[in-house]
Amino acid sequence: MILTGPLVVRAEGFTPPGPRDFDLPPLGPDKTFEMFGQTFYLGVTKPMIQIVIAAVLVFAFFYVASRRRAMVPGRLQYVAETGYGFVRNGMGRDIIGSEQFLRYVPYLFALFFFVLVNNLFATIPFFEFPTFSRAGMVYGLAAMSWVVYNAAGIHRHGLLGYLKLQCVPPNMTGLILVLLVPLEFFSNIVVRPITLALRLFANMFAGHLLLILFALGGEYLLVHGEGLVKPVGIVAWLLFITVAFLEVLIQFLQAYVFVLLNAMYISGAVADEH
Amino acid sequence: MDGNLNMIGYGLAAIGPGVGIGLIFAAYINGVARQPEAQGRLQTIAILGFALAEALAIIGIALAFVL
Repeated sequence: MILTGPLVVRAEGFTPPGPRDFDLPPLGPDKTFEMFGQTFYLGVTKPMIQIVIAAVLVFAFFYVASRRRAMVPGRLQYVAETGYGFVRNGMGRDIIGSEQFLRYVPYLFALFFFVLVNNLFATIPFFEFPTFSRAGMVYGLAAMSWVVYNAAGIHRHGLLGYLKLQCVPPNMTGLILVLLVPLEFFSNIVVRPITLALRLFANMFAGHLLLILFALGGEYLLVHGEGLVKPVGIVAWLLFITVAFLEVLIQFLQAYVFVLLNAMYISGAVADEH
Repeated sequence: MDGNLNMIGYGLAAIGPGVGIGLIFAAYINGVARQPEAQGRLQTIAILGFALAEALAIIGIALAFVL
């Protein structure tokens, strides 16, 4: 109780980080224009640059690694092959099934490393901003995966067959279908891309917000704190480092989960009728 | 002391997914301890369950900022 007194008083001068910290100023021309009733910047922002760098990095790495293929792989080729095998076997073959997974491996493979590099940008010095903490960046990916899994299902079953597979649960007859079909449609076709996008976005957003909070809070306690409160700032910074390592794990896990769910949606769409 | 009541609401809302994720990984650890060779299959299922339970917390944090 003694400690909380000064802390609460001090907290009034501290501005906690919020969603506004993610509105980075645009680089380039500082002009705005109106379209669809929204105000757009003419310049580019940091996440826009990062998303392009990530695409170029992933392409360049795997292009260079696979250009000089050898029977006995070199160091670079070994790393590339391990990464490829991880996605191909762990997510493609095990989930979609050995009959038709090969067609979707390029998509899953590119998606995984693209998302992974973009997430790791939150930790890499000089970038230190997760691209997908801006929701707009993720909506594009989610829309793409929505098109991919629906197109895969329609290609295999035809439009009506696919809708039946996704919306009509097997071994159900009668009036309960009136209740179940709209629910299944809503859950399998409408909500999936939304949760897919929100999961990746919110994880990156919350993780980065947490890091900002520890960094700013530690700085505030150390500079403006009085007496015994000052050392708490150092504890906050130690926690910052710990949480930063936890974030690396979460960044990898979220890329994995994103692609895993993509593979599961595809597998559900191309599955034979049960 | 000022702040947003939404965040307290989010903290309460995160209890459910927290318990859920704990149960999922408890079951996963149990399964692997009983049958280590099943780890590959169980891992996929565990991660899927984790992702689904986590979605609730994620929707919560999104709404905490939006509302």
